[in-house]
Amino acid sequence: MCLAVPGRVTEIGERDGTRMAVMDFGGVVKDVCLEYLPDLAVGDYAIVHVGFALQRLDEESARRTLALFEELGLLQEEFGDPWEAAGQWVGAEEATAAEEAGR
Amino acid sequence: MKYLEEFRNPELAAGLLADIRATVTRPWALMEVCGGQTHSIIRHAIDQLLPEEVELIHGPGCPVCVTPLEVIDRALAIAARPGVVFCSFGDMLRVPGTDRDLFRVRSEGGDVRVVYSPLDALRIARENPDREVVFFGIGFETTAPPNAMAVHLAREQGLRNFSMLVSHVRVPPAIDAIMASPDCRVQGFLAAGHVCSVMGTDEYPELAERHRVPIVVTGFEPLDILEGIRLTVRQLERGEHTVENAYERAVRPEGNPAARAMLEDVFEVADRAWRGIGVIPRSGWRLSSRYRDHDAEHRFDVTGIATREPAACRSGEVLQGLLKPHQCEAFGTVCTPRTPLGATMVSSEGACAAYYLYRRLGTPAAAQEASPVG
Amino acid sequence: MADTETLTPAPDFSGWSCPLPLRDHPRVVMGHGGGGALSAELVEHVFAPAFGGPLLAGLADSAVLELGGARLAFSTDSYVVRPLFFPGGSIGDLAVNGTVNDLAMSGARAAYLSCGFILEEGVETAVVDRVARALGAAARAAGVEVATGDTKVVEAGRGDGIYLNTAGIGLVAPGVDIRPQRAAPGDVVILSGPIGLHGVAIMSVREGLEFGVEVRSDCAALGGLVDAMLAVTPDLHVLRDPTRGGLAAALNEIATAAGVGVRLTERAVPVPEAVANACALLGLDPLYVANEGKLVAFVPRREAEAVLAAMRAHPLGAEAVVIGECVEDHLGMVVARTGFGGTRVVDLPMGEQLPRIC
Repeated sequence: MCLAVPGRVTEIGERDGTRMAVMDFGGVVKDVCLEYLPDLAVGDYAIVHVGFALQRLDEESARRTLALFEELGLLQEEFGDPWEAAGQWVGAEEATAAEEAGR
Repeated sequence: MKYLEEFRNPELAAGLLADIRATVTRPWALMEVCGGQTHSIIRHAIDQLLPEEVELIHGPGCPVCVTPLEVIDRALAIAARPGVVFCSFGDMLRVPGTDRDLFRVRSEGGDVRVVYSPLDALRIARENPDREVVFFGIGFETTAPPNAMAVHLAREQGLRNFSMLVSHVRVPPAIDAIMASPDCRVQGFLAAGHVCSVMGTDEYPELAERHRVPIVVTGFEPLDILEGIRLTVRQLERGEHTVENAYERAVRPEGNPAARAMLEDVFEVADRAWRGIGVIPRSGWRLSSRYRDHDAEHRFDVTGIATREPAACRSGEVLQGLLKPHQCEAFGTVCTPRTPLGATMVSSEGACAAYYLYRRLGTPAAAQEASPVG
Repeated sequence: MADTETLTPAPDFSGWSCPLPLRDHPRVVMGHGGGGALSAELVEHVFAPAFGGPLLAGLADSAVLELGGARLAFSTDSYVVRPLFFPGGSIGDLAVNGTVNDLAMSGARAAYLSCGFILEEGVETAVVDRVARALGAAARAAGVEVATGDTKVVEAGRGDGIYLNTAGIGLVAPGVDIRPQRAAPGDVVILSGPIGLHGVAIMSVREGLEFGVEVRSDCAALGGLVDAMLAVTPDLHVLRDPTRGGLAAALNEIATAAGVGVRLTERAVPVPEAVANACALLGLDPLYVANEGKLVAFVPRREAEAVLAAMRAHPLGAEAVVIGECVEDHLGMVVARTGFGGTRVVDLPMGEQLPRIC
């Protein structure tokens, strides 16, 4: 259901009686229907699914979420490094072999 | 902010994993509802990084895999008709019906076209007024508004040669059905973020309260999924069962009101069968009677096609984490990724398909370890 | 084909060890040409038994044969790309480079090509001319001569304008023995550059899917790059150009042919941002997207560093990287280590890659 990706509005117009935008997905440009987000403006980001913008992306909450993740990372540094432990569990020592071979 | 790479940063995963480890004290079984999340979990192998106490049970997967055999058979019958252009999302082409799939219909002369958007099907209808253009309208609440818009525009623009075969499913009734099963092992849900982008979150508090189960609205990038797991585990350890939103950047409590209004107009709630699971009350949408002119089931009179699901399939139990895939007698014998019986083998991320693939890694222990079934 | 029918009876479907696929498909589906599992089964169950020669059994992109004291590589390929012109090339470029590369993957420098044109009634002669000139230019760039050709015309509606077939021959130097079966545990896996460019360039202009992207096909002849690698050591074990089915198909074919495991470090595989984003939009995995100017090499560990350096010194290998290694575990399978430190199986693609919604 859920293959929806973030894109940025670069142009807005009408086609076949429908409100449409040109949206940029990190270097990939595609036409997107804006009927469900008519207030979306050039420069805004939205989640796009099968050619429709379905929800505006909110930069402030995105930043808040990332800040929370960073904070958890700082806490974790004080209490050891389970990332390393997790890496070992799946055999991290073997995975570096390819990188070493390239040196 | 690109809203993508930032949420795929392996370094930030460390803190989330550390917090999950520090919080968890005993085993918990969590279900991610959405196939998109399952895809992300397998693609990035994040289930292997979780503490062993946290078990992920893969939910009903994607709408493609749960589309009932009967609806697939109806689609195949319509697609095989001369004069029909049958348009579908790419995923549906390889989903087998009783004795063939859409690829095969195409090889036998059917005009089957893959489209990216339902609006593409509408354009094909506009450009081919002498052909019947049928769109296979499947999906959860995320895909339903785009499909509804296509039907709405077809009526508004008088595109009489456009119709839709609708098999939409809704997530909350499925969660309800899973929790209502007496043997249910699921203790917490990661709700599907993009479904909530459209529908909002107001359907969930009642479910969380009634089943005393935490529900955390979760996104699709690796860090989003870890955050969803972290919040669910935290609630479970504290004995709480509320609805939380771990995907705030894309989910508002009210969802998308314009999309919800269109859904109300175009569809009506109906009982719906899920492949390999059975009928779940009020878990689907069909076209409302006002749009009957654009309903492919009526236009092509395929309602007489009734197919029973194979009795050997036990995917319902697998979905609930009651049965490991290889414990099913059909597994690997009559049921393989090429010849799937149920939803969990149809999708490459389905529990049975993943188990089948990983089994090739060798030892049962390896399959056990690598299998997302846990 | 008519001759072979008289030689052998129809294929016996009942005796296959491999379950179902063709019995599932009494007619050919697009996936049979997709370079994945279905293509392989068609070759294995229909063509190889029908033709019966030991050379075909090798299932390599080109056959290496002895003729009059010379070791020749011999290959053929057909080109049915749509549209005929795409960002970064045309069907004419593909028809030369594809066959030249198939020969190069046996370590041969292509010397002569044949070229068959199958034209659809009604196609503009100016278009034929444009394709022919692109083909000629590509041949000159690759240092190969088009020595013989053929033209047929089919009725309007029976073709997509132009189909091409080319066959090529080239000499294989003494001591060079490059084939999938030679992959050995310990080998280092080197990729010559970023993946997915050709597939994304084609998809961006395919009818019904159109999207805008600053990506050009990587279509190129790899003979020169292979020469540079062979100059370091004749002992390259495997070369493969990851075309249809992408890197995933190429690595799976090698793992199966040699009965070895391939361990891939996902983060090491270069994926251009626009390719990654186009794939995200369509729900595709870049590992399965086609390339037309890249190669993947299995090289003995002791030679890896020097081969990598030689590749990087060549324009078509400037971004070459080590992406993994050949191992004794999980025989016949490709297992990737993800950016997050877990592992996943990279399976052989089933057939065509289609945009998906979930």
